[in-house]
Amino acid sequence: MGPLIIYENISPDTNFFLAFLIGIAFGFILEASGFSSSRKLAGQFYGYDTTVLKVFFTAAITAGIGLLLFGLFGWLDLDLIYINPFYKWSTIIGGILMGAGFILGGFCPGTSFTGAAIGKIDAMVFVGGLFIGVLLFTEGYPLLEKLYMGSYKGTPKVSSAMGISDGLFLFGLVIVAFGMFWVAEWAEKRFPLKEESK
Amino acid sequence: MSESSVPEFRKTRYFNPYVGGVALGIVLLLAFYISGRGLGASGAIKSTIVAGIDKIAPKHAESTAFYTEYAESHPNGPMKNWLVFEMLGVLIGGFISGAIHGRLKLQVEHSPKITSKKRILFALLGGILFGLGSQLGRGCTSGSALTGMAVLSVGGFVSMMFIFGTAYALAYFARKLWI
Repeated sequence: MGPLIIYENISPDTNFFLAFLIGIAFGFILEASGFSSSRKLAGQFYGYDTTVLKVFFTAAITAGIGLLLFGLFGWLDLDLIYINPFYKWSTIIGGILMGAGFILGGFCPGTSFTGAAIGKIDAMVFVGGLFIGVLLFTEGYPLLEKLYMGSYKGTPKVSSAMGISDGLFLFGLVIVAFGMFWVAEWAEKRFPLKEESK
Repeated sequence: MSESSVPEFRKTRYFNPYVGGVALGIVLLLAFYISGRGLGASGAIKSTIVAGIDKIAPKHAESTAFYTEYAESHPNGPMKNWLVFEMLGVLIGGFISGAIHGRLKLQVEHSPKITSKKRILFALLGGILFGLGSQLGRGCTSGSALTGMAVLSVGGFVSMMFIFGTAYALAYFARKLWI
């Protein structure tokens, strides 16, 4: 029964070693999917390359369905896994800042590490920026604490908030994702990059 | 600009995105099965910052509430952290993929319409905004949005909507950087 670390099937050191291996797989997949390129990532917001949406949503529904099945099979105790807490305004303002950082910088943190790993200087500079941004947070914490700790709403799930089962919500999410994939494939044909379209 | 009319990212072949997505989903599922938590990235940067401040300015770290509280809640030290080990792996995994696929190259990737200098400047600015935002959001695209969505958390979906919504809303103003 998992999580293995919580049921003490593995030691904390093994857990860290497995985190390292998981990271290798994570980094490999991000790079191999093209997330080490800022221009490929930014394509999402102009339509010429929608890899971000396809990979992101395929991963989310794969893991979501996997978690549901692992729970049903009795392989994983879903009561023990981490559910993101929801601090309304901190999440919203954080999301806005991240979105602005994404469109200006062309990366998100995980992808910038893979870009830096293959020699993209712009990715290395982005990583440098991340450190400055996090330092602004830790140093400016007294000013930000009220926002950061305020409007706490617990750890709600969308399915429970809508009053439906996790399975039904996931089913809906899969339908929505397939709809978005269809739009994404259409957008790539409709909005080619100008420099390529001649 | 005829000689550079094929953008860098079109000169190479990447995984089919749906295959990459399923693979990423399985890795995320494994993280939950093994460690009871999802993937992340920005948390490792916070750990490094806290460790760095402890080293460079120990007096400041001792007298600042944020760092003392962090030390109390992380008795094994900031670097003995799941995300730190995971992100070391990400660097290596990314490098291995780049090496296998012939993509190791020191370069600034940018649209032919802007200079390298401009790209670097905006990469720095974007990194700063993303770094600050990821702390308020308690995780970035990996830890808050992707992982948060997989566990169907409201926080994950709200994060995802505001990250992508803001990027779309600003895309028009930033278009000269990319297209």
